[in-house]
Amino acid sequence: MQTVIFRTAAPYLASLMVMFSVFVLLRGHNEPGGGFIGGLIAASAFAIYGIACGVTPVRRALYFHPMAIAGFGLFLSTVAGLASLAMGVPFLTGLWTEVHLLGVTLDLSTVLFFDFGVYFVVVGAITSIALALEEREED
Amino acid sequence: MAAVTSAPVDTSAALVQAATSLLDWVVIAPVALPILGGALLMMVRHRTHLHAAVTFAVLLATLVSTLMLLSRVVGDGALVMTMGRWLPPFGISFTADVLGASFAAAATFATSAAAVFALRDIDATGRRYGFYPFLLLMIAGVNGAFLTGDLFNLYVWFEVFVISSFGLLILGSERRQIDGAVKYAVLNLIATTVFLITIGYLYGVFGTLNMADIARKADGLRENGPLMTIATLFLLAFGMKAAAFPLNFWLPASYHTPRIVTSAMFGGLLTKVGVYALLRTFTTLFPVERAILSDVIAVVAILTMVLGALGALAQSDTRRIVGFVVISGIGTMLAGLAIGSPLALTGTVLYAVHSILIMTALYLVVGLMREAAGSFSLHDLGGLYRSHPLLAAMMLAMVLAAAGLPPLSGLWPKVVLVKAAIEGNAWWLTAAILVSSVLTTIVLGRVFALAFWRPEQDTSLRSQTRPIDAVAGYGTVFVLLVPAVWIGLWPEPFLHVAGLAAAGLSDPAAYIGSVFAAQGGS
Repeated sequence: MQTVIFRTAAPYLASLMVMFSVFVLLRGHNEPGGGFIGGLIAASAFAIYGIACGVTPVRRALYFHPMAIAGFGLFLSTVAGLASLAMGVPFLTGLWTEVHLLGVTLDLSTVLFFDFGVYFVVVGAITSIALALEEREED
Repeated sequence: MAAVTSAPVDTSAALVQAATSLLDWVVIAPVALPILGGALLMMVRHRTHLHAAVTFAVLLATLVSTLMLLSRVVGDGALVMTMGRWLPPFGISFTADVLGASFAAAATFATSAAAVFALRDIDATGRRYGFYPFLLLMIAGVNGAFLTGDLFNLYVWFEVFVISSFGLLILGSERRQIDGAVKYAVLNLIATTVFLITIGYLYGVFGTLNMADIARKADGLRENGPLMTIATLFLLAFGMKAAAFPLNFWLPASYHTPRIVTSAMFGGLLTKVGVYALLRTFTTLFPVERAILSDVIAVVAILTMVLGALGALAQSDTRRIVGFVVISGIGTMLAGLAIGSPLALTGTVLYAVHSILIMTALYLVVGLMREAAGSFSLHDLGGLYRSHPLLAAMMLAMVLAAAGLPPLSGLWPKVVLVKAAIEGNAWWLTAAILVSSVLTTIVLGRVFALAFWRPEQDTSLRSQTRPIDAVAGYGTVFVLLVPAVWIGLWPEPFLHVAGLAAAGLSDPAAYIGSVFAAQGGS
């Protein structure tokens, strides 16, 4: 798939898709979307970039190993569940708070961080599989 | 304040109002701690020198939490925490009763011992491929299955430990391992698919997945609902998981292929999750269906017991022999389920705990025999009694324990089961338990006679031996033998706990009441 058009378009396409995945992730807070679907979009962005430009640039661009990203996501989700430990409510109870930052009110919750964790698990796991498959193709 | 797009809904009526004390968290800690540890190790996957230390710390904390949980449920009855604070049956409940807590404690204990053994058995490459994260996620899945109070959640934990066990199974990527893993994966996925289909069917009938809710609704639905079909499908799915005859063929085909420490954890833990699921569904959820199916379960139990032991006699690879001994033990546990009286269930619960400890230890001893003599094959082993007397003593203890002879842990559960079988007028079950014990004695006695008493067979294997480590070798087996000897010599506390677990199974009113306490009992 090393055509000039695809190779030129892929970086733009991939960066757009990653931005869109973050949008879908945050939108999932109150509307359809969320960590899982956002993670899938981001993972497909990395897969496209890998198909166009090879796996090594993707690994270099990600910096962290995809499995480490997935591990971080799992860790983040579990910690988000454990946050309710301090409040005397059961595991995984959603806790909500508002932060006023530079005149903007920001709704923060443990649910949001749980969703971030899901996002990273999906990005890490799917990217890991996709990159491994693409590497095999180059042999 | 922020602009609220919709009017705030008062959800307090749908939430658990009782405060969750810090001590209540022991019900989730046996699952949350290993997941945290496993995730952490995935993040630092290249720093393999950290893996063992983090794993031990996490397993130790998990073990402490399971023991705290066990002591608490023995004292106060089942402990419930409903995730996300939503009232059951809408929130997913973790319901730890004596059965689940004691199995979780035994499983975590056996895994901790295996993790120490892995220090020698798993090399740097194995660690790099993620042995320790897989181990932690597997024990998280196993503990989750033991402690959850929700049928679909049980399926999820099955998947968690099955996926982790795939990773452990192919560690090393040898051709033989892939071959074993394919059989293991396909047959386990068939079993989980049947399980999932059954859950879907059950949900269509009951409209709930909370086990306590199913248990209290089962009586009202028995007239019109196809509960018998659901129960039979569960027997099929969990019987396959537990490696009961005639669905046991995946176990001997795969358990001898991975590293010996992986075999040890699989043989000790994974089949017992299937037995646990059978106990839970057939006593708490479907007691009437269990009584109807009891003859079927009894035939399955007898065939599993006897054919497992006969299969072991036909093998020459020591790992495969142990695999068949595991299967034979599953039959003994199913015998208690077939009888179904509180006494029989006591025997089954105690036998399962004994089996978790002894089957793990038996695989580890086989691994030590390989280190000492350079081979897994009975054709090559020999002369170990002279060269390794301590190992011979440990193997002798294994023979006694697995066969159910005093002074080790196999004796009392079999005594209880035989007594229950006689009380239940099931003389053929009594005969089968005793015959399978004799056969197991012959099987392991044959291993002992050939590997230890026979003179050394092949001196060329000496190049493949290595000295046995005092801690990661003998020490781990010794640690597993301590509770086994304890059960054998002073069984009262263990029989008491197993009796409590069996009483909780026979009379699920307390189990149901603990889940729905917040709604005034029902």
